[in-house]
Amino acid sequence: MRKKVLPNNSDWDIPLLEQYQNEIARIAADFNLDTYPNQIEIISAEQMLDTYSTIGMPLGYYHWSFGKKFVNFEKNYRRGYMGLAYEIVINSNPCIAYLLEENNLVMQATVIAHACYGHNSFFKNNYLFKTWTSADLIIDYLLFARNFIHECEQKYGVDEVEALIDSCHALMSHGVDRYKRPQPLSLSEEKARQKDREAYLQTQVNDLWRTIPNFKANQQAEKLPADNFPADPEENILYFLEKHAPLLESWQREIIRIVRKIARYFYPQKQTKIMNEGWATFWHYTIINQMYNEGLLTDEFMIEFLQNHTNLIKQLHYDEAGYSGINPYALGFSMFTDIKRICENPSEEDKKWFPEIIDKSWTETLDFAMRNFKDESFISQYLSPTVMRDMKLFAILDDENEKELLVSAIHDENGYLKIRQLLSDSYNLSFNEPDIQVYSVDIKGDRSLTLHHVQTDRRPLHDDVFEVLKHLYRLWGFSVKLNTYDVNGKEIQTYTFPNNESK
Amino acid sequence: MTQFIDRRRNGKSKSTINRQRFIRRFKQQIKAAVADSISQRSITNIEQGEKILIPKKDISEPLFSHGKGGKREVILPGNKNFILGDKIQRPSNAESQSHNASNQGEGVDDFIFELSKDEFLDLFFEDLALPDLIKTKLTHEPTFVQTKAGFTTVGTPPNIHLIKSFKNAISRRLIFKGAYQKKEKQLKDELKFLLSEKNPNIKKIEAIQEKLKKLLKKQMKIPFIDTNDIRYINKIKQQKPTTQAVMFCLMDVSGSMDESKKDLAKRFFILLYLFLTKNYQKISLVFIRHHTTAKEVDEKEFFYSRETGGTVVSSALELMHKIIVERFPTEDWNIYVAQASDGDNWNADSPKCQEILENFIMQYVQYYAYIEILPRHHQSLWRAYIAIREKFKHFAMRDINDKKDLYPVFRDLFKKKSHA
Repeated sequence: MRKKVLPNNSDWDIPLLEQYQNEIARIAADFNLDTYPNQIEIISAEQMLDTYSTIGMPLGYYHWSFGKKFVNFEKNYRRGYMGLAYEIVINSNPCIAYLLEENNLVMQATVIAHACYGHNSFFKNNYLFKTWTSADLIIDYLLFARNFIHECEQKYGVDEVEALIDSCHALMSHGVDRYKRPQPLSLSEEKARQKDREAYLQTQVNDLWRTIPNFKANQQAEKLPADNFPADPEENILYFLEKHAPLLESWQREIIRIVRKIARYFYPQKQTKIMNEGWATFWHYTIINQMYNEGLLTDEFMIEFLQNHTNLIKQLHYDEAGYSGINPYALGFSMFTDIKRICENPSEEDKKWFPEIIDKSWTETLDFAMRNFKDESFISQYLSPTVMRDMKLFAILDDENEKELLVSAIHDENGYLKIRQLLSDSYNLSFNEPDIQVYSVDIKGDRSLTLHHVQTDRRPLHDDVFEVLKHLYRLWGFSVKLNTYDVNGKEIQTYTFPNNESK
Repeated sequence: MTQFIDRRRNGKSKSTINRQRFIRRFKQQIKAAVADSISQRSITNIEQGEKILIPKKDISEPLFSHGKGGKREVILPGNKNFILGDKIQRPSNAESQSHNASNQGEGVDDFIFELSKDEFLDLFFEDLALPDLIKTKLTHEPTFVQTKAGFTTVGTPPNIHLIKSFKNAISRRLIFKGAYQKKEKQLKDELKFLLSEKNPNIKKIEAIQEKLKKLLKKQMKIPFIDTNDIRYINKIKQQKPTTQAVMFCLMDVSGSMDESKKDLAKRFFILLYLFLTKNYQKISLVFIRHHTTAKEVDEKEFFYSRETGGTVVSSALELMHKIIVERFPTEDWNIYVAQASDGDNWNADSPKCQEILENFIMQYVQYYAYIEILPRHHQSLWRAYIAIREKFKHFAMRDINDKKDLYPVFRDLFKKKSHA
């Protein structure tokens, strides 16, 4: 049965968008995309700028750094240096998608398919998002956070709170448990326990810093071997400070906790850029094509769509002007498309490389990949020689100790595995961010805090380290020390604050 | 399930507070930039927003991250002709830097953003005030403001206070009804009693029923609202104490004031003008320009006229004195004077200036600010004025040697003084 072609007016209105939305929803359901309910919000360019500057949080607490971002985005946008995103989508339940009013109808339909069904199903089903975020609660939690911080500002002064948040932001990248699975976030519990936690936290801290000698306990303690505190190194620096910094008041601990929770909320997004964008792009492409095949779309619509889509997945070559790294849309889209191809139409090479997915249902294979991987593992599992050849990937080794750069692998039989490994590594957060952990506290002495940094590939720390140490010092309250070790465990550098000298 | 929401009507300035926080945080840098910019501006667009530039390092947000160096191996797309083992010259530092710049867009530039006109002027004039605005005399024609003062029983219909009036009506109705209802109850009880008797006394019953009817009628007659209920908002006139201030702007436009000096003088007065009009709603301004003769002019002529001649400063002072006496009786007006000159005066005239100031002017004015612009060396006028400064505390003098001095001197002359 031939269906009625949907109108393709250049002017859209919400009833028309609803028509498109219904068709997209129907097709997405046919493909078994499992999504949260959608809340689609049409916003103006200014509102989009607002949303940008709060790193996509629909309600953030107030801080100058967001103002800085806003001012910067606004300037770039006004001067035409920067186009605005066509959409921003929030990992929440219902899934909020912001659509820019300036988009034309083709773009709005694409964006609905992309964000409301692509990203949305990814948020709902990818294991990282399931483990690290709580889509049901995030909006409420953000509201709680904003109100709490606002109250603190009134009680303790804007400057005080601002300084604290500055320090927390400086350590935000080291405020997530990477290996431990976190407790799910629960708002009612957060609120109910906030009071208890104040008292509880404070007693825990006090216990650690008890200075009045407790005779019996002391005797016991002396029998124990020289105890290092913390017993194991702690990678989550913010968590450590929240629990153990000696001088903080409970409201300060609560704010550290808020920044920590927000860092955790964004943690999966940092690790799934390729997959998330690839998945969403794959589905908008597939859904819109399906609509066209069903006769719902005009040829004009389709041509414009293809043009937009092609721009989105364009990968500039390394030597082209404007090259800024690998385009996550391009890589992700090619990978998902290629997995589908391998399932349906494998070559001899594919049969050798991906025996487990040959002749499987492509929808199930893709669904499995989407649920159980992050960028790093996704690439090391699924990056096929075909994609490497199509993108003409090659590896460059830049070693400080060598005079020249070396081409260490190219897209050929000898290079595939190495390229795949290297590309996978480049999306590994623990490889990209310096490995810094809280190592020990001088409990009985001057209470100084020692952190250890273990170098990866002899890469030194950025000079920002001095500034970050100042922030760390502000939170800890006593002197802080950071030792850098090379892979063999040899100490090569020490940074301390105060008396900020690097030896 | 999908829901569409049109948010376009919602406010767009969710980031306003964050923007304000940002400005607050970098006030020092922004202020410095504002001061810097004002000296660069042409006179006509002094009152505009401003692009502010803040060094990138001052607003960076530090993080633990990797610096340059060590070993790294990266994957790049778009291989053309490399094969395994090819060696490539390391790009020189300059090259890699330019590459960096293109990589990160504006990454290495300073941070630039635009202040709105109001933000700009607010920062610009922050903490400035006319000194000693103390002669709080009432003006000849006292101004009155109407203020609310409770309620009255008389007034005009537009001033009726509805809530108050209806409250009165309700309580009046309750009170009147109360009396009737008591009686009604008595009668009803009586009626009941009579009806329950074995031989009801018809006559009596009818009489009571008649009474009840009358009572009901009376109740119905209680008016819903009565003249007595109505209350009017009481408005009274209060005399408002007003401070009146006048600022005399005296500018030397003689031949020795060349373009650059005039430009500076005009800038000074424009600053003053903006400052006064922004911060004081009712302030009179008197513009006097002089060479050998002085002339009172309007604002436009003051800033843009090109007439010129020799220099007799006392002419301006005399004119000012005349104007004060004629139009600004000192018991009613706070008088301020700002005078700008290059210090070049006819030698014999300087003592005369000193005399006029000492005897006829200084006792009347709140504050007298004299700026000398780009003086080659201080001349007789400067020396005469020094003598005045020693006698009168409310006389201030500064010289401006450079465009850059303009703003600091201006701030210095008009900074808020703590009461000492």
